[in-house]
Amino acid sequence: MIRLVNVSAGYQAKPVFTHLDLEIAEGQFAGIVGPTGTGKTTLLKTILGSHIPHAGNVLVQGQPIKKIPPGTIGYVPQLETVDWQFPVTAEQVVLMGLFASRTYWPWPTKLEKQKVYTLAEKLGIKDILHHHIRDLSGGQQQRIFLARALISNPRLLVLDEPTSGVDMKTQHDVLHLLGHLNEEGITILITTHDLNAVASHLPWVICFNKTIIAQGRPEDVFNQEVLSQTYGGDLGVVKHDGHLLIVHNPHTH
Amino acid sequence: MEAFLEPFSFEFFRHGMIAAVMVGALCGLIGVFIVLRGMSYIGHGLSHAAFGGAVLGYVINLNFYVGAGLAGFLAAVLINQLSKGKKIKSDAAIGIVTTAFFALGVALISRVRQFTQSFDAALFGNILGVTAVDLLIIAAVLIVTVLAVFFLYKPLLFSTFDNEAAQVFGIRTELVQLAFSLLLAMSIIASMNIVGVTMIAAVLVIPSSTARMLTDSFSKMLFISTGLGALMGIVGMYSSYQFDAASGATIVLFGAVMFCSVLLFNFIKNKLAAHEHMHSHGGIMHSHPHDHDGDHAHDHGDHKHSHDTHTHSHGGYEHTHEHDESHVPHKHHEHKKP
Repeated sequence: MIRLVNVSAGYQAKPVFTHLDLEIAEGQFAGIVGPTGTGKTTLLKTILGSHIPHAGNVLVQGQPIKKIPPGTIGYVPQLETVDWQFPVTAEQVVLMGLFASRTYWPWPTKLEKQKVYTLAEKLGIKDILHHHIRDLSGGQQQRIFLARALISNPRLLVLDEPTSGVDMKTQHDVLHLLGHLNEEGITILITTHDLNAVASHLPWVICFNKTIIAQGRPEDVFNQEVLSQTYGGDLGVVKHDGHLLIVHNPHTH
Repeated sequence: MEAFLEPFSFEFFRHGMIAAVMVGALCGLIGVFIVLRGMSYIGHGLSHAAFGGAVLGYVINLNFYVGAGLAGFLAAVLINQLSKGKKIKSDAAIGIVTTAFFALGVALISRVRQFTQSFDAALFGNILGVTAVDLLIIAAVLIVTVLAVFFLYKPLLFSTFDNEAAQVFGIRTELVQLAFSLLLAMSIIASMNIVGVTMIAAVLVIPSSTARMLTDSFSKMLFISTGLGALMGIVGMYSSYQFDAASGATIVLFGAVMFCSVLLFNFIKNKLAAHEHMHSHGGIMHSHPHDHDGDHAHDHGDHKHSHDTHTHSHGGYEHTHEHDESHVPHKHHEHKKP
């Protein structure tokens, strides 16, 4: 689904990562984890085509990102980057996912409205569609932006930090929902800081710190050595009740 | 009534009034995107750049609109390119590019002093001397802008809300940005002689900021802002005649009054909507303004609770009571030790 070949990217002359190779198979549900400022978001933006790499090839479904038809990729930005005072309702935000269609009429068609309601019902947000986005809870906001990403029936769904800024129950609900969508055949790629959420919900993890440190199933990848290389040595791994828990190690500084 | 209608018997006033209404509506419409994109300073900057271009155009025998238009568009493109990098932010780019163009105009005027008078209208706005050609140009720009906003509504809305996401979703954001820069430059140049370079930023920002306070809907904001802009033009132009003051100044002054009135109206409305009475959270009695829903639920920022049956704390005792909309008298009390 996603293939990066020898990709180098950064800002002006400063590279964030160089000569990166990465492949994410169709149907995968993968999470990129790593410390802040180590290139996770740059990597995500490079895959999305909103950041032009210095060198290398980025292919989605075997094609350069510029040639991908609109609607192939669904994207959910970090909630912190959204202007919550912007004068739009939840329904208008969801409809934006269809704005790339080559129709110039400003009003949504009956079919488009029907699509919104069907999807809203599935995601449990039907009753809040006419609310201003500012008036929604964190979980509802996340679902609205998820609906915008899903309304064009994308094959690939990319989410930047979907678990940040929401409570633990919402985190669980969002990841659970993503799991269901993945079972329906959508390839999903997320970035997150929440290692425990990744360990308990995601089948595939990529540990990233300016390069790929390791990737694989969380139970194979999350170990002292990999976490030490990724985060610098102050994280430990414990197994409790069959669950993997990532904890801060108070004895290392 | 006759005294009221008297200025309309003059052709120059009728021309000025028509121009002011169209310019007000035009700036109100385009101003919505400027305010929501957080680029209020760009109107100020581009009008200054266009002024420099107009003076340069005059020196090399170019039409006023051609010189101003080329400079305005060139400045918009330069600002866009400069602010693409991380090191120079857009406000700095606007400051550098547009002031340089303006300085060029000022330098040319001070060197060739005999044509200084011709640019007073461009600097401060003037109802005198609005020609039929001016009216046609303003009308053409207004029609083009309305059509562009209608047919580019979706990409303009999406890229204004979240430019990066719009690009990922397949909107050609570079083209949208280019089209918007062109519309903005055209609008500023068409408005320059009526409102004046020094006042244009306010005419772009005041109607849309006022409209934003009146609605939470983007499409309604477009209509309200356009209407308020036209109203600013009518009242401002009429006051300009009555008080014999520069039209740009009277249009902006009326706009400021309008903005402050809506601000005050919203303040009073919010005060009346907020409700204050004693209640308790975590055992601490206090009062502060808060909103009530129909079922008397309280919204305290991070949580809601209902007052139909509600646990209060008085003097170390917690008790549950039911009460009506006015809170007194309490209908039922259940006391228990905390």
